[in-house]
Amino acid sequence: MQEHALSDVRVLDLTWHIAGPYCTKLLAGLGADVVKIERPGGGDPTRRTGPFLKDEPHPERSGLFHHLNTGKKSITLNLKTASGVNIFRELVRDVDILVENFRPGVMASFGLDYETLDKLNPRLVMTSISNFGSSGPYRDYKMTEIVADAMGGLMYVSGEPDRQPLKQAGSQAQYQTGLNTFVATIAALYYANETGIGQHVESSIMETMNSVVQYPVIAYLYQETIETRRGNVGMIHPWGIYFCKDGYIGIAATSPLWQQLVDLIDTPEIRDEKISTLLGRILDRDAVDAALYPWLMDHTREEIYHAGQKKGIPFSLVRTPEDLLNAPQYRARGFWVEVEHPEMDRLTCPGAPALMSETPWQMGRAPLLGEHNEEVYSKLGYTKDDLVKLRERGVI
Amino acid sequence: MKLPLEGIRVLDHGMIWAGPWLGKLLADFGAEVIKVESIQVFDMSRGPIVAIPGVAIYPGGDPGEKSYNRRAVFHYWNQNKYGITLDLTRPRAVDIYQRLVKISDVVTENFPPGVMRKFGLDYPALREVKPDIIMLSMPGYGASGPEKDYRAFGMSQEQMCGIAALTGYSQEAGPMKSGMDYGDPTAGAFAAGLIMAALHYRRRTGKGQWIDVSQSEATSLLIGEALMDYTMNRRIWQRMGNRHPSMAPHGCYRCRGGEQPPDDRWVVIAVSSDEEWQNLCSAMGNPTWAKDERFATTLGRLKNCEELDRLIEGWTIQHDHYEVMQILQRAGVAAGAVLSGQEIVEDTHLKERGFFQTGTHSEVGKVTHPGPIARLSKTPVTIRNLAPALGEHNEYVFGELLGMSREEMSALEREQIIGAAPLPGADRLY
Repeated sequence: MQEHALSDVRVLDLTWHIAGPYCTKLLAGLGADVVKIERPGGGDPTRRTGPFLKDEPHPERSGLFHHLNTGKKSITLNLKTASGVNIFRELVRDVDILVENFRPGVMASFGLDYETLDKLNPRLVMTSISNFGSSGPYRDYKMTEIVADAMGGLMYVSGEPDRQPLKQAGSQAQYQTGLNTFVATIAALYYANETGIGQHVESSIMETMNSVVQYPVIAYLYQETIETRRGNVGMIHPWGIYFCKDGYIGIAATSPLWQQLVDLIDTPEIRDEKISTLLGRILDRDAVDAALYPWLMDHTREEIYHAGQKKGIPFSLVRTPEDLLNAPQYRARGFWVEVEHPEMDRLTCPGAPALMSETPWQMGRAPLLGEHNEEVYSKLGYTKDDLVKLRERGVI
Repeated sequence: MKLPLEGIRVLDHGMIWAGPWLGKLLADFGAEVIKVESIQVFDMSRGPIVAIPGVAIYPGGDPGEKSYNRRAVFHYWNQNKYGITLDLTRPRAVDIYQRLVKISDVVTENFPPGVMRKFGLDYPALREVKPDIIMLSMPGYGASGPEKDYRAFGMSQEQMCGIAALTGYSQEAGPMKSGMDYGDPTAGAFAAGLIMAALHYRRRTGKGQWIDVSQSEATSLLIGEALMDYTMNRRIWQRMGNRHPSMAPHGCYRCRGGEQPPDDRWVVIAVSSDEEWQNLCSAMGNPTWAKDERFATTLGRLKNCEELDRLIEGWTIQHDHYEVMQILQRAGVAAGAVLSGQEIVEDTHLKERGFFQTGTHSEVGKVTHPGPIARLSKTPVTIRNLAPALGEHNEYVFGELLGMSREEMSALEREQIIGAAPLPGADRLY
């Protein structure tokens, strides 16, 4: 059996909602042993967030929870009890990474701040994800996804100029933060392995988005201009979404690609001198679109996509999840993975972000609440009787 | 060691955004990242050789004489890197490159598929030269499969990955792109993490490997629950603007300011419970309309959200967007000012937390950049040096690292294998 990239890495996962679990899900995918600690009773709130299988709410049947927690183990532990904290201190001695996304100050209230944990395990990489960071005037502000999109800087530049700023679908800011925090965490892990020295990695959803969104911030920093919404067009033209005979496609044409596109469409309008240069196309975007549309309306999405790509023009399809499930490219590369789950039978799930030649992705499934209590706690020396007592006292 | 990836050398063929962003993340965390370009073809993110008004951002709005060394985003995407030029279409250059590979750990590229093979520098070839090399290829749709030769930009990826189809003001209004080419930094971040995982594996086993990233597939993972809703329930999410399936009010509301960007001001508000709704009502001064029975429950508010949004906007429009955010946050309601680039730069919270970082560049002067993706307590990311001018570190890399003499380098310059001034067409994507 092939090893995974992080087969030797042990992670304690105190995360909930989206950003934290996505960070540890990526570690699990790379083969780390991730033990997710959940509150006894309810567990991670995403267990109670849809989509649910057949739309029937059930804590073991959330598609959101499943996507965010594949490949992990789950134990329950009540950190609001002294015994719970003691058990946690035993667990943390033996791991490489701890990830948490409580509100700032919560870990300290359990007596589990970085300074304390560093003494128990000097090699520990402790990662904390919060909404706005552990200091500053917004520290205790409430955040939901749309607030993160707004304050991260993506929303002001998304949408039509004469309409309200537009949020992206799903939970992009939270995912993006989970992803980037995973990157920072694994950097700190590499350092800990090289030096034996752990550290505290901190990210905030607002700042991670400010770092990633870039354009509007860079524009103001460099030349004090304010980037605004452009709708479905870009700085150069054409660069955006168009409709065609049976749906939507994307066109992105830099100058050499524009020449390819002109040869493909081959009408007097598209060959018009005034749109033959990049500057000409930027100055008369309407003329460009007027020259494109008759041809677009004459062809289907698939025809346009393949005809363009065969000539090296990066036309794109505006694809729905249905399109993605059927996409020949995704299928050929094994993007979709079939997963067996005790409460959901067979699921089709999105799999790995990439193919690695030596170290396969560890897919797994999401754990049931407390599924691994016995396995994890018995390694600490607790007997079945101990576990029963702990359960009675509300510790696990 | 001062930084996590100190001692790791990366040859970075990143082009445009996804590739350079990947290199930037590795460089920020301490790798010695050498950006490889040529005077025949440079990274398109340098912009056109002759600046075109409105297409790119430059320091003080001034492209200067060598605009290709001054473009703003280029500086951000390439901070902390070194830069060399080497025309890999020439056999002599490929020999030199192989010597570089021997003393490197990682090679990254996001060329269209087949380019590295054409140079004779695909993974099997590199592995011959350096058995434990880690190579990452990031063509648009991955290096295998029926569409492996298809091309993409980051903007195309937003559409191909599924996000654009679900984003828009309404189902009828059609899909809407984001205000950035979202696929680029997303794929770049995945790639950086995977490379570090491969380095971890190499450290343990001595084995290198090849990582084949499909930017589209990687970005699809960020709408995992929408994909699951389809595979589990055959449901395709409808575009619903700024509304939410189970929260109301949930939206973006105009505040005091102008009608058109950049003078327009907006706030977002998200109410997830009846308690928060009561808090919102109090914060607005308990207007009579808020007592309407139709708004008393979440279901009622969802059903009547259009009217509700109009009424709330009647209140927000009287206030500044920061003011609305502060009033509502104090009342326990999630709200956020929709921040422009300027507002992010001037934001008191970010200032107090020391988010922004500064550096100095020979051709650009002092610059300020957004801070890193995360803060590391013992190995903080800083701007050690700014983006390289074209061929800026030829001397260091060919001279110091490979031990070439000044004469050898001059000969290479005469043959235009290396150099610092772009040849006409080096910006060929423009």
